Amino acid sequence: MIVAEPKPIKEILEMIEDFHKILVVGCKGCVTVCNVGGSKEVGILASTLRIAGKRDGKALEVSEYTLERQCDPEYVDELEDVISSYDAVISIACGVGPQFISERYPSKKIFPGVNTKFMGGAVEHGIWAERCAGCGSCVVHYFGGLCPIARCSKSLLNGPCGGSAGGKCEIAKDVDCIWDMIVQKLMQEDRLDDLLQFRPAKDWTTARDGGPRRMIREELVK
Amino acid sequence: MKKNYSPKIIAFCCSNCASSAADVAHKIKKTLPENVKLVQVPCTGRVEILHLLKPFENGVDGVYVAGCQEDSCQYISGITKARKRVDHAKKILSELDIEPERIDVFSFSAARGQEFVDIACDMVERLKTLGPLPKKINP
Amino acid sequence: MSEYRSGSNLEKVLRAGHFAFTGECGPPPGANVGVLREKAKHLKGCVDAVNVTDNQTAVVRMSSWAASLVLLQEGLEPNFQMVCRDRNRLAMQSDILGVYTHGIRNMLCLSGDHQKFGNHPGSKNVFDIDSMQLINMVKNMRDKGKFLNDQEIDVAPRLFIGAASNPFADPSEFRVYRLAKKIAAGADFAQTQCIYNMKRFREFMKQVVDMGLHEKCAILAGVTPMKSVGMARYMAKQVPGMDVPGELIKRLQGAGKGKVAEEGIRFAIEQIEEFKQMEGIAGVHLMAIEWEHRVPEIAERAGVLPRPQV
Repeated sequence: MIVAEPKPIKEILEMIEDFHKILVVGCKGCVTVCNVGGSKEVGILASTLRIAGKRDGKALEVSEYTLERQCDPEYVDELEDVISSYDAVISIACGVGPQFISERYPSKKIFPGVNTKFMGGAVEHGIWAERCAGCGSCVVHYFGGLCPIARCSKSLLNGPCGGSAGGKCEIAKDVDCIWDMIVQKLMQEDRLDDLLQFRPAKDWTTARDGGPRRMIREELVK
Repeated sequence: MKKNYSPKIIAFCCSNCASSAADVAHKIKKTLPENVKLVQVPCTGRVEILHLLKPFENGVDGVYVAGCQEDSCQYISGITKARKRVDHAKKILSELDIEPERIDVFSFSAARGQEFVDIACDMVERLKTLGPLPKKINP
Repeated sequence: MSEYRSGSNLEKVLRAGHFAFTGECGPPPGANVGVLREKAKHLKGCVDAVNVTDNQTAVVRMSSWAASLVLLQEGLEPNFQMVCRDRNRLAMQSDILGVYTHGIRNMLCLSGDHQKFGNHPGSKNVFDIDSMQLINMVKNMRDKGKFLNDQEIDVAPRLFIGAASNPFADPSEFRVYRLAKKIAAGADFAQTQCIYNMKRFREFMKQVVDMGLHEKCAILAGVTPMKSVGMARYMAKQVPGMDVPGELIKRLQGAGKGKVAEEGIRFAIEQIEEFKQMEGIAGVHLMAIEWEHRVPEIAERAGVLPRPQV
């Protein structure tokens, strides 16, 4: 899933300081799963903003709405009747949400309420970690099902570097060295040959480096 | 600060230890301060972060959660979860420059009637000192 | 006698079978070239070539190519370094053409410390290609006269290709294979991280020799004299892959106040003597960082002077 984290409340309050009627919009997709943008979190953010309004003696009306997803226009369309009464909208979906809402309702002020971080999964209840960098040409099978592009701090394809120590990356003690994991796994599976295989320079055109990307399913396009 | 300021307080009490303690207090004729309103919940684990925040939107000055001890919670981990949520709600208040002491969580054993009343009184005193919800000074 | 790959002094010294002795020099964190020239003067005549680091520890310094040119002016042979953190393949190939044109003949290909360690931690990191791919790219530029995209280069840059080896970094059982991989990719010489655990290093070298790696690549053992007990403790705890035996720390402590640096040098010299005899070792790389003025003395006492003229 796409994993995001809440923006500091002070930052959000600054965004809406000139506005009095706010709509907080959540998403039942990824951000619900990582507990930052679902209907529960919409409620908490809305309540927090109202308390701030009370604190400031400011007339602040905050409403709540949660869409099935913010990355499909037909769901964003649902806001049509609702959105006109509000002068600012805070989307707590991933970065796609505020953009889709902005595009659909260009005259409205749309603000992002979360910081989108990465594509990853839950490693433990309450802890999500990055797994995929969206390089566009997946070769995790070369590395025992582990991705060094996303999980090596230097995206090495022929790692590890000399900074690997005790299974940890040089950048922080709580960051695993993915190359240590790859080497251990492949050596256990007797796949030293795969480790000795020279991996040539990556073609980054399929990654974000090649420019903003699209994915088209021809058989579905009208 | 307003004279004779009487802070409004909500106390979420579990139906196990906390409510038993409240009953004992009633039996030994100890009364709760009248500005503390009790809300019974099956277990403090049922109290969500939103429940801790909402009262502040509606003129309440302080909220606390009263439950069992960690090792005697009928639902095993209810009070543990409640503590974590109280901590989170305190953080939210801090980020709003509102005193996190307005929210708290207490553990009781079932027979502690006197303690139950004492805690309620302590919270009233605490909130009297803190005063009503701070208003930002507009420039 | 087959043609030299680069014709560098280091290559010639190694090819002639001499025990090589290289040094290191960090460029200034600014444009104070005077400091650099001072360091160079200490090293002149004591070493076959001098490593010139590239934004080491991700701290902005005068670029390795620029400082290397200064060393050339001072009559020293630089080991130009390039890390993968700051440059993409375009900038790398372009710099390789540039340095070759200016007379640089040795090049070390390294990954580079992550930018979080340095003084611009918010920068984007590049890592377009890794050190293995860089080694291979330089080799193909030199031997096939081709860029990474297979297009022909008008004048092929002839560089002697160096790599780093960290024998005690984790995962330790893989380190000798990684060195083998770098050699297969095109490394002509390799410098190890500084060694203190001689017993463990002998075991590593045995594996290297068993695999015949020393025949394809000149391996230079890294030596850094310990200046103080504090330094020894720091290196033992804070540097990945650094193995500092307890006995060495005890030995330094036992030397007594004011005599620790001398003991550190004595140990370094003992190491150099052993490396001269160790199978598979073609030389020593002395990293006396910010201690360049002691290099002539260490070189003299280690019996590596005068340096061979080939």
